[in-house]
Amino acid sequence: MDRSPALVVGASLPRVDGVAKVTGKARYLDDLDVAGVWHGVTVRSKVPHGVLEGFDRDPAFDWSQVVVATAEDIPGANSIRLIEDDQIAIVPVGGTVMHVDEALAVIAAPTRALAFAAAKAFKPRIKALPAVLSIDDALAVTQKIYGTDNVFKQFLIRKGHVSDAEFETHFARAAKVIEGTYVTSPQEQMYIETQAMMAQYDERDGTFFITGSMQCPYYVHKAMKHFLGCDADGVVITQSVTGGGFGGKEEYPSMLAAHTATIAKKAGKPVKIVYDRDEDIAATTKRHPSRTHHRLAVDEQGEILAIDVDVVMDGGAYLTLSPVVLSRGVLHAAGPYRCPVTRIRGRCVATNYPPHGAFRGFGAPQTTFPYERQIEKLARARGEDSFAIRRRLALRAGDSTATGQVLGLSVGSDEVLDAVAAVAGHPPERDGSNSNGAPVKRGRGYAFYFHGAGFTGSGEQRLAGKAAVVATTTGFEVRSSSTDIGQGVITMFTQIAAGALGVEASRITVVDPSTAHVPDSGPTVASRTCMVVGGVIDRAGRALRERLETWGRDHGMPGASCDELGVIYATQHGELAETVTYEPPPGIQWDDLTYTGSAYPVFGWACCLVDVSVDLDTYEITIDRCVQAVDVGKAINPNIVKGQIEGGTLQALGWAVIENVIYKDGRVWNASMTNCIVPTFADAPDLETIIVEVPYPFGPSGAKGVGEIPMDGPAAAVANAVHDALGVAFDTLPLSPESLARGLGGAS
Amino acid sequence: MTADYVRPRSIKEALEVRAAHPDWMVLAGGTDHMVSANHKSDPPGILDLWRLEELCFIRADRDKVSIGAGATWWEIQNHAVIGNRLTPLAAAAREIGALQIQARGTLGGNVGTSSPVGDSLPALLALEAEIEVASTRGRRRINYAEYCTGYRTTKLAPDELIVAAHLPLPEPTVSLVWRKVGTRRAQSISKVMGAAAITVSGDVVTSARVAFGAIADRPIRVTAIEEAVKGQRIGNQAAEAARMAMRASIKPIDDVRSTASYRREVAENLVARFFGQRGMIRRAVGP
Amino acid sequence: MKIALEVNGKPVHVDVSPWKRLLDVLREDLKLTGTKEGCGEGECGACSVNLDGEVVNSCLVAVGQCGGRKVTTVEGLANGDILHAVQKALVACGGAQCGICTPGIAICASHVVDRGLVDFGDEHARARVRELLAGNICRCTGYQLIVDAVIAAAKEVGQ
Repeated sequence: MDRSPALVVGASLPRVDGVAKVTGKARYLDDLDVAGVWHGVTVRSKVPHGVLEGFDRDPAFDWSQVVVATAEDIPGANSIRLIEDDQIAIVPVGGTVMHVDEALAVIAAPTRALAFAAAKAFKPRIKALPAVLSIDDALAVTQKIYGTDNVFKQFLIRKGHVSDAEFETHFARAAKVIEGTYVTSPQEQMYIETQAMMAQYDERDGTFFITGSMQCPYYVHKAMKHFLGCDADGVVITQSVTGGGFGGKEEYPSMLAAHTATIAKKAGKPVKIVYDRDEDIAATTKRHPSRTHHRLAVDEQGEILAIDVDVVMDGGAYLTLSPVVLSRGVLHAAGPYRCPVTRIRGRCVATNYPPHGAFRGFGAPQTTFPYERQIEKLARARGEDSFAIRRRLALRAGDSTATGQVLGLSVGSDEVLDAVAAVAGHPPERDGSNSNGAPVKRGRGYAFYFHGAGFTGSGEQRLAGKAAVVATTTGFEVRSSSTDIGQGVITMFTQIAAGALGVEASRITVVDPSTAHVPDSGPTVASRTCMVVGGVIDRAGRALRERLETWGRDHGMPGASCDELGVIYATQHGELAETVTYEPPPGIQWDDLTYTGSAYPVFGWACCLVDVSVDLDTYEITIDRCVQAVDVGKAINPNIVKGQIEGGTLQALGWAVIENVIYKDGRVWNASMTNCIVPTFADAPDLETIIVEVPYPFGPSGAKGVGEIPMDGPAAAVANAVHDALGVAFDTLPLSPESLARGLGGAS
Repeated sequence: MTADYVRPRSIKEALEVRAAHPDWMVLAGGTDHMVSANHKSDPPGILDLWRLEELCFIRADRDKVSIGAGATWWEIQNHAVIGNRLTPLAAAAREIGALQIQARGTLGGNVGTSSPVGDSLPALLALEAEIEVASTRGRRRINYAEYCTGYRTTKLAPDELIVAAHLPLPEPTVSLVWRKVGTRRAQSISKVMGAAAITVSGDVVTSARVAFGAIADRPIRVTAIEEAVKGQRIGNQAAEAARMAMRASIKPIDDVRSTASYRREVAENLVARFFGQRGMIRRAVGP
Repeated sequence: MKIALEVNGKPVHVDVSPWKRLLDVLREDLKLTGTKEGCGEGECGACSVNLDGEVVNSCLVAVGQCGGRKVTTVEGLANGDILHAVQKALVACGGAQCGICTPGIAICASHVVDRGLVDFGDEHARARVRELLAGNICRCTGYQLIVDAVIAAAKEVGQ
């Protein structure tokens, strides 16, 4: 059997962890059986803004059975280090409560039931302050809750002009101006495994061991060094098998690690905290809600003269990752269309909501929705076919983006458009009826969009992600901090390493990501894991193979396979590790101050087609058909890539139509799975997935990224399809039946 | 203190326990009572009626179907006579939750809770179900239309248990309709739900029973509609009468799942459709 | 209260409150952690088990009700090392990603296949599979490859 690398990469190898998962043998955090473990529960604020005055303990409760930790018990600094150190881990007495469900204390007990009972008996006293509960209130500074203007971060990106006055001239001379306001909703990640963490404190040497459901062990590590006041060896962070993340376990686990570490140290016991579903929905991060005002000016021929974007996002109560979410949002805001003059303004504001955070797409879905709606409206205004206009205006190699990046390598714009055109077929009949006897209107919508792979600009250079491929006596190990959260990292790295070494996949072990054993490869986010870390592993594997083969030749084993040489070498000399640091491709120029240049080394490209029916009795939208063509550069494992595209697509369709997070007086009103709904099997259509490969020479075997891009476009495609069906524009997500009823001039 | 537990072998035994311990939880499938059970303290006792043989039956004869309180939604939807002759009930059974809920949820549970969004309840109303209840003092039957007295409150006495529902079989010529509008296609709570049994002579409505859920504090028969459609021709005439009567009768609410105005409009649309409205009801929709 | 039941073909005895959820008894008392908690309210199906031949949410079953009854969990689906056709198909088709919903899906899908609940020759077979599995929420896959797996498993067992 030919074991050449070409056959391993590109093959739909069944997942390495597949059997463990279908047999129930895979052990998630709450499955781990640790002797003497106690259970922790968090006491939370019911008030969005106020001063914590103190606590009252119910005297009828036997407090000797439990251990209570407050801010005073924090070993180091009371903040979660991320971009800034602004987010408080546990509000101290006398401190300011900044959002509903902010942590005020952590209680541990031998049983969960006892811990919950104690939490009920431990009552905080909070003096309420007026709260900022909308973007408008934040901008109007009804209360100062961050700095002087409640703005966490802002951007202004100019292309093709110098002043606002000059910019406006392009609108003044336009043949048509398309203008609209677009509102996107918060969205709950709804990983089926809730947030879960366990901490143990070793009193003998003062080391903390923290294990849990997470995407980024080194983010947690960095936050814990600061929080616990220890050095790099003072805390070990290990990822347990993780039941979904989607970004929701990018930054939040640091908070949970802080809580479990604090209570574990105080209790002198290992403590695990596993969130209830309702608590998880209420207290953890959501997709940033946004409001965008978008103008586009075209000439008589329909060429875009200028694009003006003004996006505001709600960051919630602390800065956390908002600057980066906003950054990705603004960098995608002008869309994959030719335009010589663009002005993109972005602001992220502070409100007294639980902080919003990372969720697949990370700002791009929020700004893709407006631009794809605008292109749709442009097509309608010009009487132009909505697919043809996208083809006509699409960026291609040689064109430049809104930051002035000239697209060169792996530009799959035509390819994804071709792929959808090939299968689109005729649009459905406009009028019909459904099985309930209700009349329906049908429509078709498209979205064409892109997603930058990896960290922005010089981010990857600063991250300097590392990974190692190691020859041991029992085979080869891959050591990286990249986490498998369902997206198939273990399998993908196995294939890449096997291909690079020229060995069978079964000879590869991807080591559990623990900061004690693996280097910092950077976080598992930003669609970078395959392109960046996979690329590093590929290089490390090839380099290790070369070293071993050279050693073999020098030691009288010229014909030995890499596999054999690895074992022989390790047996004689101990393990042989090849550690490689990521080097970005040459020639990427990026200016962080003006936000111009090459924002990303390469973009993924996608085109989505959606056919909908709208029930005219109930205004319910049915997705009858959804096609996604995605250019991923190279599919290392096509079946896994297909699964990623389909999962992301359905999350986007859900966001478009049925998902929402609804707040009342600053708290999540629909904090249960019953009311914070996601699509079921019955809500999803059969998805048509087309994997397009336009290889990127600087990615492993040509691979770019796939994790996030499927999330960016479908919501706009749905709104475009509804616009086609009903002849009415709906520009606010979700496209709920209630909003359709209202928009069509309801009977109320 | 952990709960006591009794699994009676007969209705008689169950009633004795019920009489002795009216504060015990009556548990069958548990799909309602067991939600978040890990956060609820033990009840004083559990009277477990799950698969109590005398409650698990579906009997059809020439003019009625009797369904034991222990029958599950899976059994109800798969019963041939219910599927053919009591179609709203079968339809409701198929749309309750999903497979796992249908395997455990019982008729007795749905009636016992009598939530305003109970999925089978508008069907029971429209099909004129009689609820048979029993105690050590004897048995009685209550027409389901009179069973609910308020929000999740019913005429069931503290020492009574629900034993069965008896549904007369409508003539095959009676038109039976049902629709649930939920938050999504499965595992969903109703926003609006309606059921109707409509008798026509020629094409004129001679009588109708119209029931709706999720638009009041309990499932209701909308008698104003039943009056308004009498003598009207099936089609746009009866539909319009039904719609106007619905508008005048109901006061739905805003809640976490939907709005009053949406519920009102959709309830009107559903009932119009039940009475044969043809074409679009709202004229404002474009091409 | 002492409760005797059968789990995965073996007799089991526990002494717990009858109110304790079957889910917690499986996970805590019997150390069978394959069955997962996703919501605690019967919405997500991650806790699905087979109870006396029906698939149910074990978070909604009081263990007192299980005396004398038979429970099969995901740990009991395979026959030693021989995976159930659904388990094999889920691996082969890529129907498991993060895997947390997978035990519940395996339990329900194997029930659907074993009991012949879908006419797999029918043109609406996929829609019917979706309807029957709608009580199992998956956030990772978008469901497509799971439906493929169920169809493949049914074919293998000759449905």
